Amino acid sequence: MFASAAGVLFDGFAYGMLLFLLSVGLSVTLGMMNFVNLAHCSFAMVGGYTTVSLMTKLGWPFLATLPMAFAAGAAVSLLLEKTLYRRLYRATDLDQCLLTIGIVFVSIAVFAWFYTTEQQSIRVPEYLQGSVHVAGMSFASYRIFLVVIGLATTALLIFLLERTRFGARVRAAVDNQRMARGLGIDVDRAFMITFALGGGLAGLGGALSIQVVGLDPTFALSYLVYVLIVVAVGGLGSIGGSFAAATVLGISDMAGKYYFPWLGAFLIYLVMVALLMWRPAGLFGKR
Amino acid sequence: MRWHPLEIVFWLCTLLPFVVTPNYLSLASQIAITALFALSLDLILGYAGIVSLGHAAFFGVGAYSAGLLAKHYWGEPLSGLIVAALAAGLVGYATSHIIVRFRHLALIMLTMGLGLLLHEAANSASALTGGVDGLQGFKVSSVLGFRFDMFGRTAYAYSLAVLFICFLVSRRIVHSPFGLALRGIRENGTRMAAIGAPSRAHLRKAYTIAAVMAGIAGALLTHTTSTVSLEVLSFGRSADVLVILILGGAGRLYGGVIGAIIYMVARDQFSGINPQYWYFWIGLLLVAVVMFLPNGILGGLSALYKKSQ
Amino acid sequence: MLSTRNLSKSFGSLLVAGNIDLDLPQGVRYALIGPNGAGKTTLINLITGMLRPDAGEIRLGGEDITSFRPEARVRRGLARTFQINTLFPQLTMLESVTLAVLERNNDSRIWWRRLPAYRPAIDEAHQIIGSLGLESASLRLTRELAYGQQRLLEIALALATRPRVLLLDEPAAGVPKDESAALFSAIAGLSQELTVLFIEHDMNVVFRFASRILVMVGGRVLVQGTPEEIAHDPKVREVYLGKKHVA
Repeated sequence: MFASAAGVLFDGFAYGMLLFLLSVGLSVTLGMMNFVNLAHCSFAMVGGYTTVSLMTKLGWPFLATLPMAFAAGAAVSLLLEKTLYRRLYRATDLDQCLLTIGIVFVSIAVFAWFYTTEQQSIRVPEYLQGSVHVAGMSFASYRIFLVVIGLATTALLIFLLERTRFGARVRAAVDNQRMARGLGIDVDRAFMITFALGGGLAGLGGALSIQVVGLDPTFALSYLVYVLIVVAVGGLGSIGGSFAAATVLGISDMAGKYYFPWLGAFLIYLVMVALLMWRPAGLFGKR
Repeated sequence: MRWHPLEIVFWLCTLLPFVVTPNYLSLASQIAITALFALSLDLILGYAGIVSLGHAAFFGVGAYSAGLLAKHYWGEPLSGLIVAALAAGLVGYATSHIIVRFRHLALIMLTMGLGLLLHEAANSASALTGGVDGLQGFKVSSVLGFRFDMFGRTAYAYSLAVLFICFLVSRRIVHSPFGLALRGIRENGTRMAAIGAPSRAHLRKAYTIAAVMAGIAGALLTHTTSTVSLEVLSFGRSADVLVILILGGAGRLYGGVIGAIIYMVARDQFSGINPQYWYFWIGLLLVAVVMFLPNGILGGLSALYKKSQ
Repeated sequence: MLSTRNLSKSFGSLLVAGNIDLDLPQGVRYALIGPNGAGKTTLINLITGMLRPDAGEIRLGGEDITSFRPEARVRRGLARTFQINTLFPQLTMLESVTLAVLERNNDSRIWWRRLPAYRPAIDEAHQIIGSLGLESASLRLTRELAYGQQRLLEIALALATRPRVLLLDEPAAGVPKDESAALFSAIAGLSQELTVLFIEHDMNVVFRFASRILVMVGGRVLVQGTPEEIAHDPKVREVYLGKKHVA
C-alpha cells in the first residue's frame, strides 16, 4: 500500500518534471510579453520529431539527440517570433489565440505529412531502461533520469534568473515592462533570448516525453491543455510556480489514473477550474 | 431597424437549395445548424468580447438533452428544442457566474476547462450518454406534421426556420439597449463601470442567451441526424465554430452565417482529403485572417465598400 | 456632500495617500493641485472605488460608500472623467451618451425592445451633447473625434449619470488652444448644484474656476484654502507654484 503510494508519488513527480520542462518557457514568455502562445507545444513536437529522425534515420545515440531537440525547438520558436509573433504583441487576446491555434493546426498537418499519424517510438539506451531497486521498491530508470534532468534544469534556470544580469533583466521585464524599458533594458532582446530558451526547453521536453507518453502529430494539441493548466495555475512568469503546479498536476494525474481510473482526466480539469477560481492569477502569479 | 435589401435577398436565397440543389439538402441543414451555433458565439464574442474556447459545451448539452428526451420515448422535436434550450440555458447561467469574473488568459482557460470537463463527464457517464458510442437508435417524430423525409426537405425547412427565428431574436438583441451595453463592455469595461453599468450582470445575461441558442443548435443536430456523438462536446467543435465566426467576421450578425456557408461547403468539397490536410489549410487560413483580414470576410468587404465611397 | 476621513493607501513602502481628510460642501468648485506623483489621481481612484484604501472612510451625501463597488458609487451620484480618454472607440458620440442615460435608468437590461423606442433617453443624450456644444459631431464615431471633442465627451458621459459630485481628472490636459474655449465654457456652464473637484496643472484654469484649492504633495494634503490664500502661502510657493504665478 505504502509502496504503491510511493511509486505513484515518484512516477507523478517524474511526469511533473516533464510537464515542467514543457511549460516553463511558456510561463515566462507569457509573463514577460503577455503573448498567448498556444503553439508552444508545437515546439515540443519539433524537438520530439528531431530526436526520432536523428535516431532512426541517422542512428544517433539518444543522449546526443537531446541538445539537437533543444536547438530545434529554439530555432523554430525564434523563427516564428521574428516572422509572425512580433507583429502581434499589441493585438488582442483573441487574435493571438487564433494565430497560434492556426500555427498548431499547420504544425499537426505538416508532421502528419512527413511522419504519418502513427505513434513514434524510440529505443532508449540500456542504462535508461529497466528499473532500480531501492528499499524494496522499484523505480523506473527512465523516470529517475527525468527527475534528474528536471531538477538540474530548474536549478540552472533559477541560477540564470537570480544570479545573472540577464536574469535580472528578465525579472525586471516580467515585473514591469514599461519601467524596464525606461531603465534602458533591451526588453525585446531579453524576450527573444527567453523565448528561444523556452522553445528549446519545450523541444527537449518533447524529446524526453516520447518514452513516457509517445509521440504523434496530435501532441501539439493534446498536451497543450496540460501545459496551459500548469501555466495558468502556477502563475505567469513564475518558475517556482510552474514547478509547483507541474508537480501537483503530475502527481494528481498519476494518482487519478491509479486510484480513480474511471474519472479519466475529469479530476485534472476540475482541479484546474477550482484553482483558477480561487487564484485567477495562478498560485504564484502577479495580482 | 430597417432591413437592408441585401439582407432580404440573402434570406430569400436560403430557400434556393430546395429548388436548385435538392440533393444537398442535408448539407444545407448542417450549414444552418452550424450558422446558428456560430451566431450564438457571436453574441458573446463579437458583441460582448468574451473569448470562449469551450462554447461546444452548450451545443453538446442541447444535443444530449434532445437525444435523451427522444430516446426515452418522447420524440416530438419542438418540445425537444425547448428542453434543450432550458438545459443549455441552465448550464450557461450557472457557469456564467464563474466566467464573468475573469479576463485574458484565465478566462480563455476557464472556458476551455469547462468544455473539457463536460466532455470528460459525458465520456465517463456512459450509462447515461453512451460514452464514446453516443446515443443512437431513437426516433424523432414529425415536426408540425411534417415527417423527416429521406431527402432532407423537412430537416432543412426545420433547421432554416429555427435559424431564422433565432436570427430575428439576435437582431433584436443587438439593436436593443442591452445590445448597446454589450458593445460598451466590449469597447471599454472601465468606462462602463464609470457610468454605473452592472457589467457582470449584463455579461451573465448575454452568456446565458448565447448558451440557450447554442443548445438549440445542438438539439437541431440531434433531430436532423437522429444520433448524438461525444464529438458534440469536443474541443475540436469549439475551435471549429471559433474559426467559422472569425472567418466570416465577428460582431456583424451575419459573420457566423457567411463563415458557416464557406467552411461547410469547402469541407464538403474537399471531404476526400485526409483530415490532417484539411487542418493544414484551416490553420493557414487562420494565420492569414489574423494577419491580413482581422475583421473576417465581412469586415474586409465593408472596408472595401468604404474605400470605394 | 463628499467627505473622506483618514483615507490612506500604500503600495508596499510607497505611500500614495496618507490620512487624507476632505470636506466638499455642495456646489463648491475645488481644484486639486500638486506636483506629479503627489497622488492626485490616486485620490480620485480611491474615492471612486477603483482602488481599495488601506484605511479610512468615504462619505457621499452623508452615506458611507467606502465598501461600495465603483458602479454602485456612480449610481449614488459620484461621477468622474479620466485623465487619459477612456471612451468607447467604435460607438458614436450619441450612442455613448445614450448608453450612459440608459444605464442610469436601468433600461440597459432590456433586450427585447428596439433602441429607437427609447426616445426620451436619446433626446436627453442630444440635450447633454448640445449643452457642451458638440451637436455637430454627435453621429461621429468616438475614435474619429478631435481630441478636444473627446475630452468634452468624457464630461458628457459623466454628466449623463446625473451626478451630485463630479470629479474631473485634468479636463484640459492636452487640449490645443483653439479647442480649449469650448472646454472652458463647458466647465463654467456646469450646474451650480453640482459639487466639482478637478485636478489641473494649468493654473489659468485653476484660478479661473476654483473657489477653493487643495494642494497635495507626496500623498498628503499640504494645505487648502481660497485661491488668494494659496497663491500667497509660502509653503506652497516653496513646493510648487513658480514665482511667475505669484502676484
